[in-house]
Amino acid sequence: MSEEQQVGIVLVSHSGPVAETVAELARGLAAGGATAPVAAAGGTSAGGLGTSVELIAGAARSVDRGAGVALLVDLGSAVLTVKAMLAEGDELPPGSRLVDAPFVEGAVAALVTASAGGDLDTVEAAAADAYGYRKV
Amino acid sequence: MLDTDFFRRWMAATAAAVDREASRLTELDAAIGDADHGSNMQRGFTAVTAALERESPATPGAVLTLAGRQLISTVGGASGPLYGTLLRRTGKALGDEPEVTDGRFADALEAGVEAVAQLGGAKAGDKTMLDALLPAVGALRSSAGAARDAALAGALATVPLQARKGRASYLGERSIGHQDPGATSAALLVAALVEAAGTSGGGDA
Repeated sequence: MSEEQQVGIVLVSHSGPVAETVAELARGLAAGGATAPVAAAGGTSAGGLGTSVELIAGAARSVDRGAGVALLVDLGSAVLTVKAMLAEGDELPPGSRLVDAPFVEGAVAALVTASAGGDLDTVEAAAADAYGYRKV
Repeated sequence: MLDTDFFRRWMAATAAAVDREASRLTELDAAIGDADHGSNMQRGFTAVTAALERESPATPGAVLTLAGRQLISTVGGASGPLYGTLLRRTGKALGDEPEVTDGRFADALEAGVEAVAQLGGAKAGDKTMLDALLPAVGALRSSAGAARDAALAGALATVPLQARKGRASYLGERSIGHQDPGATSAALLVAALVEAAGTSGGGDA
């Protein structure tokens, strides 16, 4: 449960504002107090719609505490870029994992779980569980 | 045998073709995508050209690995990881020999195309770049010219298809009747092999 062992969360969206806002929402809902590290990596480096390897790699490094990094993605190039980075290349820290989860609900679930000291498997399971919350 | 210079010429010819056809790629993408394919590919291959000049990779494998890494880093759209994975995996499969046989290259490109299919989860007939790349890989066993013709035919054959991957798939039946931009740019990449081989009608690359 020590803070340096917390899993880091990276939110990768096609849009910078979407990633930032979901990170803020997750922090706000996760706890009154310190949460596990979470970073947004949305849009291109130039601020447009798209995905940036540089932003994703930077965000992952910034939240890496040695307990693994869970990456949540929204759609299109966000999914493919993270998969390509994981398949080959050395831009992401060891223990980085693409988590298959709905972006908003999964981000909240992942951050709550990581903040409570859950390991990477537990964080992944919590985020993926968010697919099960039916709304109708 | 194909040496390092052949692969540099391939990337240079692709960059030139992408420059030449950028507005057409964007127009095709405007019909069923988000109208950025031409500019995205142009940005990517401009970065490839600059990186190849800056770093002077010494082997065929290193040329393609470097090119792939640039595409993943700079394109910003889905074509970046897809084309980047294609070239990076092909480059890795070429190993670090100073020159490779035509057969070795065909094997490597096949591995690259398989990696693209795995990354995107697409298959033949989904109206994607694979519809140009899959026939091209088979035809490359005969010649670069045959590969070029197969890729072009594959791209044209995407017109009546309904998209099943990517943003175009949200359009459902409305994606029918448009040529796929990714298959079109893939055909440019394959056609550039003929230019790199220095022939216009066939060659033995």
